[in-house]
Amino acid sequence: AVVSTQSTGNKIHLDVHTVRNTEDTRYPGTYTGYDDSWDFAKFRNNFKIRIIRREEREIEFDMIGIDTPIANAFRRILLAEVPTMAIEEVFLQNNTSVIQDEVLCHRLGLLPIMVDPRLFDMKGKGDKAEERNTLQFKLKMRCKRNKKAPTDTTNADELYCNSKLYTRNVEWEPLGSQKEWLKGGVKFSHDDILINVLRPGQELDMTMHAVKGIGSDHAKFSPVATATYRLLPEIQLLREFRGAAAEKLRSCFSPGVIEIEEGRAVVKDARLDSGSREVL
Amino acid sequence: AVVSTQSTGDHVGKLSIVENEDQDDTCTTLVLHKEDHTLGNVLRHMLVNNPEVEFAGYSIPHPSEEKINLRIQTYETPCLSVMYRALDDTMEVCDHVLDEIDRAEEEWKRAQK
Repeated sequence: AVVSTQSTGNKIHLDVHTVRNTEDTRYPGTYTGYDDSWDFAKFRNNFKIRIIRREEREIEFDMIGIDTPIANAFRRILLAEVPTMAIEEVFLQNNTSVIQDEVLCHRLGLLPIMVDPRLFDMKGKGDKAEERNTLQFKLKMRCKRNKKAPTDTTNADELYCNSKLYTRNVEWEPLGSQKEWLKGGVKFSHDDILINVLRPGQELDMTMHAVKGIGSDHAKFSPVATATYRLLPEIQLLREFRGAAAEKLRSCFSPGVIEIEEGRAVVKDARLDSGSREVL
Repeated sequence: AVVSTQSTGDHVGKLSIVENEDQDDTCTTLVLHKEDHTLGNVLRHMLVNNPEVEFAGYSIPHPSEEKINLRIQTYETPCLSVMYRALDDTMEVCDHVLDEIDRAEEEWKRAQK
């Protein structure tokens, strides 16, 4: 038998009304005879990251063998301290739309910009806006009546020209030598975000400056829509379930957690469980 | 790290040490400025897993002020050396996680083919 020098970790236990064992007790000295002190070699041997799912804007991965304070620190840093570029100052020449200036500018700040923030420096209070710390965008649109529209239509897109302003209407104006080191241009991450709606005679003329910032300053700078972590559930069936009981067991969990194989209920994928404890 | 026992007006160093009358190296309260649970909990965790440490805990004196109090009591080792070790260990972990992410990314790309 192999005797481990580390005590086995306690598992958080979900009961009907309580949650037990939430404290991590695996500190040196808690369990006599075990050496629980921090050992980087042991961590390195046990630690593994496994990517479960990866899409264009979403990733789900497992971190095995890491402690919650560190995992939580990564989550907090993702939300609050990873920098991005976002519009901070808007110079409005003309805004005769129904959206108020400040509401419009607030919306502009929230637009995600597709650019690598590492290419830029943070702009301090007294710094001038220049190519290394600012991105400049311009939007100038005037809504006109569409003379060629069919006479019986009520669709705004047909009746008017430029009535809806999207992120694709915004132009990037390179400052200094930005054209050379920002190859491919700078766009917003989505082409079809609706910024404003105009009617004939209304105009929007503005210049926007985007700077580098972090989420703890303003949530618009947070690079993630959200970052969450949870502990991987473990479900143990204490006895065999067959027939109607197995069906009932399956319906108590989220779909996909329990499957019926050869008449018996088996735990197929505990990851999909939402922790509802309905089965209890 | 700037170590001072007083804040000088607007500019404060990152780390201060609360005045300790007993001049005992093995008990200190450190004040870390402009930090929160992100670093506090990680440091506390690394300190507590050090067998030389008798007690380690952190608190945030007031949520409106960005400060944490980190209390360290050791058996024999000076507190600051234990603190340095906790910081070094944290950096080691983060570097390794970074390597591991790259490796997992490679594995994912290979599995997709």
